[in-house]
Amino acid sequence: MALTREQIAMRVAQELEDGFYVNLGIGIPTLVANYIPDGVKVMLQSENGLLGMGQFPTEETIDPDLINAGKQTVTAVTGAAFFSSAESFAMIRGGHVDLTVLGAFEVDQEGNIASWMIPGKLVKGMGGAMDLVAGAENIIVTMTHANKHGVSKILKQCTLPLTGAKCIKRVITELALMEIKDGAFHLLERAPGVSVEEIKEKTEADLVIPDHVPEMQLN
Amino acid sequence: MSGFDKVVHSYEEALEGFTDNMTVMVGGFGLCGIPEGLIEQVYKMGSKGLTAISNNAGVDGFGLGKWLEKRQISTMIGSYVGENELFEKLLLSGEMEVILTPQGTLAEKIRAGGAGIPAFFTATGFGTQVAEGKETRNIDGRDYVLEPSLTADFALIKAWKADTMGNLIFNKTAMNFNPMMATAGKITVAEVEEIVEPGELDPNFIHTPGIYVQRVIKGENFEKRIEQRTVRS
Repeated sequence: MALTREQIAMRVAQELEDGFYVNLGIGIPTLVANYIPDGVKVMLQSENGLLGMGQFPTEETIDPDLINAGKQTVTAVTGAAFFSSAESFAMIRGGHVDLTVLGAFEVDQEGNIASWMIPGKLVKGMGGAMDLVAGAENIIVTMTHANKHGVSKILKQCTLPLTGAKCIKRVITELALMEIKDGAFHLLERAPGVSVEEIKEKTEADLVIPDHVPEMQLN
Repeated sequence: MSGFDKVVHSYEEALEGFTDNMTVMVGGFGLCGIPEGLIEQVYKMGSKGLTAISNNAGVDGFGLGKWLEKRQISTMIGSYVGENELFEKLLLSGEMEVILTPQGTLAEKIRAGGAGIPAFFTATGFGTQVAEGKETRNIDGRDYVLEPSLTADFALIKAWKADTMGNLIFNKTAMNFNPMMATAGKITVAEVEEIVEPGELDPNFIHTPGIYVQRVIKGENFEKRIEQRTVRS
C-alpha cells in the first residue's frame, strides 16, 4: 500500500536525532512534528523568527504576535528564542539547522528541485524555500511520486522553474525512500506492500535498484 | 519633536515628507507585526507610484491590501505576495510590477542596506530565475549570486515598546523584518503599543537602538488580525 501523508511524516520522523534543530515546511513536513520518537528532543525553527516552536495554543492563550511561517497561531516551548528575519536566515543560510524537510512539485536526478511556481498559474513567490534549499546540508524532500494522471515527478530533468540547483540528496514519496547521487536516484526503501516494479514504472529518472530493497518500518 | 525626543502625536506628523513615487519599507510577516495605523495613513493620503518593500502584501482590505485598492503601489518587492485577489488582478493587468525575492535574501538586502554594505554574495537562487542577469562568482568551489542591498526613503515599522528616544523592543514573532527595516530607512517611523520614559527599558534588552529611529508614534486600536487561527484540539 502506498503511504498516507501521516505515514510519510512517520518515516521522516525516524530521521530526527536528539538535539537536532529542524525546519519543517508547510504540508506533510508539518506533520512530522506529531511523530517525534520517544527520547528524542528537537527544537523546531520557524523562519519568521522562532526557534522552539510548540503546539497550537488554546483559545485562551492565542497570541496574534506569535505565529509560525505558515501564519498559524502557535506557542513557544521552554528554551525558545525569538529573533529577526535576518537572524533567522543567518541560521538557515549559515548551515546551522540540522535538518530541513520540505515539499516539492518535481525533483530530478541531478538534485535539482522545483517547488515554487507553475508557469501560467498565479505566482505567489518563493518565500523562504530558495534560502532553505541553498543553506541546508541535510534536506529531506517529501512529495508524491507521480501526479494524479500517473505522470512521474521523479525526473531526469525538472521541467518547472527551479527552487534550487544540485542541492537535494534524499526524497521520500508515498512509494519509496530514495537517495540522489552520481546523477541517479538510488532506491533505499519501499513502502510496505509496494513492489519495486511499481516504483520503477512511476519513476522517469534513472533509478538504481539494489538486489534487496527493504520495506519501510513504520511504528 | 526635538533633539532626542522622537515622539510624534499624530499620523500626519508621523508621515510628514512622505510623497508620491517614494520607496517605502513596511515591516511585518503576513499581518503579524505590521504598522497598522501608518499603513492606514498612507492609504488616506493616497500617495501614488510607491515602490513597496515588504515580505508580503497584506490581504484584501487590510494591511498593504489597502494600498492595492487605491493602486498606490507601482512596484512591489517581496517574497510571498499573492494572498489577495486584487493583487493577482493588478499583476496580470500590468498595473503593478512585482519583484519576487527569496525571503532570506530580502532580509539580508535590507540588513546590508542599513549597514552600508552595497551588495553581497549568496548561494540562494543560484541556477534559478532569481539569478538571471545578475553577476555570479565561484568562491571556494561554490557558486554565488551578487545581490544588491536595499534602502528606502521611509521605513514604516511596528514595535511593542519604545522609549521617547526611539529605543525599541519587539514582541515575539512580531519582530520579523522590523529591526532591519529600522536601519534601512532614511526616515524610520515606529508605531508602538507603549511609549515609556528613557531609563525604563533595560539597555541590555533593547532590540533596536534609537539612532535608527526618527519618529515614534503610539498606535491606536491595533486590530492584530490573525490569518490562520489554529488551536489545539
